[in-house]
Amino acid sequence: MISPADFVQIPLDDWVNSFVRDFLVPNFRPAFRAMQVPITKVLEQIDTFFHWLPMLVFTVGLTLIADRTAGRGVALFSLVALIFIDMIGLWAETMTTLSMILTSVFFCAVIGIPLGIWTARSDRVLLVVRPILDIMQTIPSFVYLVPIVMLFGVGMVPGIIATIIFALPPIIRLTNLGIRNVRGDLIEAAEAFGSTRWQMLWEVQLPLALRTIMAGLNQTLMLALSMVVIAALIGAGGLGLTVYTGLGRLNVGAATTGGIGIVLLAIILDRITQSLGDKKGVQTPSLWQSLRSLFSASKADVGAQSGKPA
Amino acid sequence: MKPKIRVEGVYKIFGEDPQGALDALNAGKSKIEIFEETGQTVGVQDVSFEVGEGEIFVVMGLSGSGKSTLVRTFNGLIPPTSGKILIDDDDVASCSAERLRKIRREKITMVFQHFALFPHKTVAENVAYGLKIKGESAASRRKKALAALEQVGLAAYADSLPGELSGGMQQRVGLARGLATDPQILLMDEPFGALDPLIRREMQDELLHLQKILKKTIIFITHDLNEALLLGDKIAIMKDGRFVQVGTAQEIVDNPADDYVAAFVADIDRGRVFEAGHVVTDPVTVEQNEKGAAEKALQLMEEHNRNALYVLDNKKVAGLVTYQELSVAAREEGRTDLTEVMVTDVPVVDQDTPLNELYGAASAGHPIAVTDKRGRLTGVIEVEAVFSQLSGDASEDETGEEGSTPPAEEKTETAQGGTPR
Repeated sequence: MISPADFVQIPLDDWVNSFVRDFLVPNFRPAFRAMQVPITKVLEQIDTFFHWLPMLVFTVGLTLIADRTAGRGVALFSLVALIFIDMIGLWAETMTTLSMILTSVFFCAVIGIPLGIWTARSDRVLLVVRPILDIMQTIPSFVYLVPIVMLFGVGMVPGIIATIIFALPPIIRLTNLGIRNVRGDLIEAAEAFGSTRWQMLWEVQLPLALRTIMAGLNQTLMLALSMVVIAALIGAGGLGLTVYTGLGRLNVGAATTGGIGIVLLAIILDRITQSLGDKKGVQTPSLWQSLRSLFSASKADVGAQSGKPA
Repeated sequence: MKPKIRVEGVYKIFGEDPQGALDALNAGKSKIEIFEETGQTVGVQDVSFEVGEGEIFVVMGLSGSGKSTLVRTFNGLIPPTSGKILIDDDDVASCSAERLRKIRREKITMVFQHFALFPHKTVAENVAYGLKIKGESAASRRKKALAALEQVGLAAYADSLPGELSGGMQQRVGLARGLATDPQILLMDEPFGALDPLIRREMQDELLHLQKILKKTIIFITHDLNEALLLGDKIAIMKDGRFVQVGTAQEIVDNPADDYVAAFVADIDRGRVFEAGHVVTDPVTVEQNEKGAAEKALQLMEEHNRNALYVLDNKKVAGLVTYQELSVAAREEGRTDLTEVMVTDVPVVDQDTPLNELYGAASAGHPIAVTDKRGRLTGVIEVEAVFSQLSGDASEDETGEEGSTPPAEEKTETAQGGTPR
């Protein structure tokens, strides 16, 4: 049988190899290294804080936040789950994973929300961004692990970068969707009273899109959690590493406990962020209200902290 | 009077090549032809008018007539393809974005059909939106918002969310939001279109009441001719993007410009359009204390061919005497004191009373007295004149004395024709 390959063969793999090895790595490695700096800084802060925070304080704090945002049931679940994680001896790993996840989500939000706003405002930008998001969501994450290692090395931060690439699309998509779905007559009304574009964004579009944006944040968080084990392949620690080493040594017990830790963490974070999105009642809370409720929740956290004898 | 807003030759074409469509329009092509040939929609074509300060200008048209597009060109929400919209001396169609924003903040606001209240803000925050955008302090915003809410009777709901209010109340909030920045011009895009008929009536009355106090320049869009006739100092009938007729309610009802307008006007309640002043005739009167008043009254009635006549007491209405009773009393029984046979319980109305409020007064069969503010008689209305105006066949010259005794048959017919819904 004749096939096209008999006539022309495309050495795509060689091309990519030489592009990455001979062009990107020698020329841009310092630039990529520099890109890690902000991520490293944020990660260090968060990681140090969570490892410093006594287990009981963290547990009480998170339980109170869950109680305030998601209700009694979730609070009770969080309490039991966190105690269980501590009892199976995975507290430190869980905190490492949590810092990693929060760092990833933080950067996803910092990149994704403005980008989402931009795509909502310009059809041309959307036209460019949408296929990139499609690729990011469909390409298997193993494919970009190798170039990431080559450019950024191994460790926590490259793991976080891989996580960001994987978890970024939903928050961009849903920010875009949320803003585009704000009722046309509300936009007209805001315009008719002489709003600037910035006022329109801040007073009308963002508050009304907040629910959708929070749904996007929730999705991003879940995707980030699902990358925990894969990130461990390139040197990220935490629960992912526990699973990965369990896998390597055929240690079913270790893999299972690590997996349970991830699942419990995922459930707690999912419930809390979901409830941030849809507050009771039909109407969307304003940005300020949500921030305030978050703030007062964390104040309760601080209160619990200071109330506890250290 | 200098017009507050002047619109000159405004066109709006939606499509790829508006200039081409504009040329085609000028070459005499119709809206439909242009759509078939180029796929472009002519929203508004060649609209020009002026609105004086404190006037209500109503644009009435069916859906698709371009009225909502037109009103949006006035505050630049939709930029016109060509033409000028002058507010004071600024041309909204061509001024800078900065200038337009200033005009929107200070001079012109809008009330929307579906209220367009911000669901995440409280009623007071909604009303204060325009003030916040202008950068006023929180305290002053709150104060002005409460004052605006007071005007529409919703101050008690200041801290509710719009979603908790009924449709009518929501539109009051919309109105208060439009009024809070104290604009000179208020655009109202079918503001009562989404409300129940009863609530709509209430809101119309309230708007008229508010307008008496506030005297804003209002451009009001509606698809309901009754609403247009009730509210408008001037009314424009719009069809296929152009004004078919512009005039006062009476002009439009009395002299429809074409069949299209005539078809609209056909089932209009004329009793609400026309007022007592439109059917009034000069009074024939006697002073009650005059010498020989009775004889004079009889003579006057004979001269003017009337059945009844008003008796004045020092220029104020004292009562009414009918020819029948007075002639029996004076000529047969020799009683010449008018007060003895005078009917004192007489219907009195003022110039602006709509005809449909005269039915009760007319039921006694006596002419109705029209008085000015100080109670002085300025004219009388013959009952027949009311009916002939309602039937629509009263031309200007017919409202005089000739119309006083139409045949009985015709009378019943016209009475039916004029009965309100």
